[in-house]
Amino acid sequence: MLQASASGTSARKAGRTRGHQGGRFVVYALVGLIGLALALAPFLFPDVRSQEVAARICVFIVLVASYDLLIGYTGIVSFAHTMFFGMGAYGTAIALKSMGPGFEAILIGGGAGIIAALVLALLIGLLSLRVKAIFFAMVTLAAASVMMVLASQLSDFTGGEDGITYSIPRLFSPAFELLTDAEGKALRLFGVPLNGKIALYYFVFITALVLFLALLRIVASPLGSVLQAIRENEMRAEAIGYRVVFYRTAIFCIAAGVAACAGILRAVWLKYTGPEVVLSFDIMIDILLMVVIGGMGTMLGAVIGVVLMTLAQYYLKDLMAVGAEATASLPIVPDLLNPERWLLWLGLCFILLVYFFPAGIAGTMMGKGGHK
Amino acid sequence: MAPVLRLEDVHTDIGQYQILHGVSLDVPEGGVHVILGRNGAGKTTTLRTIMGLWKARRGAILFRGENISRLPTPDIAQRGIAFVPENMGIFGGLTVEENMRLATKDGRFDAERLARIHDIFPAIGQFWNKPAHALSGGQKQMLAVSRAIVERRELILIDEPTKGLAPSIIRNMIAAFREIAEETTILLVEQNFHFAKALGQTVAVIDDGGIVHRGAMAELATDVTLQSRFLSLSLEAH
Repeated sequence: MLQASASGTSARKAGRTRGHQGGRFVVYALVGLIGLALALAPFLFPDVRSQEVAARICVFIVLVASYDLLIGYTGIVSFAHTMFFGMGAYGTAIALKSMGPGFEAILIGGGAGIIAALVLALLIGLLSLRVKAIFFAMVTLAAASVMMVLASQLSDFTGGEDGITYSIPRLFSPAFELLTDAEGKALRLFGVPLNGKIALYYFVFITALVLFLALLRIVASPLGSVLQAIRENEMRAEAIGYRVVFYRTAIFCIAAGVAACAGILRAVWLKYTGPEVVLSFDIMIDILLMVVIGGMGTMLGAVIGVVLMTLAQYYLKDLMAVGAEATASLPIVPDLLNPERWLLWLGLCFILLVYFFPAGIAGTMMGKGGHK
Repeated sequence: MAPVLRLEDVHTDIGQYQILHGVSLDVPEGGVHVILGRNGAGKTTTLRTIMGLWKARRGAILFRGENISRLPTPDIAQRGIAFVPENMGIFGGLTVEENMRLATKDGRFDAERLARIHDIFPAIGQFWNKPAHALSGGQKQMLAVSRAIVERRELILIDEPTKGLAPSIIRNMIAAFREIAEETTILLVEQNFHFAKALGQTVAVIDDGGIVHRGAMAELATDVTLQSRFLSLSLEAH
């Protein structure tokens, strides 16, 4: 009887492992497809809105992946991630506004934003990472609120609530022709003109790709194992010889630096920086949802979470409008599918995702989470 | 010969409760030394205090003559003391290899040492790339001990390694610990007297946060009067 039970358990374990291997393959394939779609986005989806969606996805993948490094790999709950995102964006925006649209402004302003983010992260980390998680979360929430107030109050520098509008280097302007044909017009590839807008998209895409690969490298390195060990049990990690506060502070700084880089990309792409687009608490909630939907501690989940959330934010309304029109003859249904109710449906989708994928989509499919 | 570890009048509080009331103990160099005691007597607290996981309020912990009672845990670990906690202390989310690599100094394994660990605990090699949470209880315990010996240690603190393990696995553990004790000192906390008797050279019986008996294990193992005096008051002789 016992033997039968033991063999049944082994069979179930083996079955689960096979399932997770299949799930892992699906996640890799999905992320590969998303990567390919983003790489070819200007040619696959040449309209302005789609390019805005693709660029936002690239920036948010970096932002969410860096947050996953914090919450998913190290177990640090921070509400200051948008603050660091905003520092990169504001540094770039202020420099572009005051120095003019040159690459040196992006380098100097972005660099200053990254340094400011690193210094602030170091201070918060050293002062607060010794305390319990909930107190640390509160400290970061307070810091983020102070930064919001400063961005609104220091309007001479930040433009206040209105934000800052500025120009970006000419290379990134739609009027700039990267390659010209015999007639002197912008050369077209698959019908798409090779102009500054394409250059700007690939600047965002390639930088985001490099940053994401760097984050993947970190979590795949021995440092990644140390972080996971700290997340699982701080005391055990200390007993092996790891200084938990040092590692937590270092990772907090790395995540802050990467978030600031994402802020630079956002500022350059939008040509506008304001509290609502880089510092608001709504963005922080979006980041949290994206990490949870994708799967904490998977890194690849960031890609899936960002794509799903962004597509829902941009296209769910349109989809519901089509649905409402198609079901116009039915009772109640068109009313339920009224595009104004998109947040309700988004919430329902989120509840269903959490129910069916308790460790996030990538987390559940790859068999992460739930073990001791 | 000077002891590798000496506890002098160690008092430890956890919250408002005083758990250790002046523990004094010498751990000689080499071999296996055992702390016996019933549940709640202060065995685990003694090990955790040595490791710095709970700070001693009073007293000194001398490791090779240096007082380590005020050092942070990572510094104590880096001085060559390894700790195998009661609940196995592995990291379930990592693979067996990653668990082992965590305990290496520079992320690299000493091939000879690793081969020896694989000889002592064949399951470690067998499940090298498997996630640690998928191992059985005995295999998890083997992993926890293997991690403690992946680098040369001066002293290994092991907290109730036989808890919840099958007798056949306990027999393997005895052989393994004997081999490990050839190159290092083991301070073992146990409730299983037969296991402790098979391994220990010296023994200290702890009760109510203080040492009530210390001496050679052979003496306690053969003296029924001593056993009934100390073991019946503090633990069941399994």
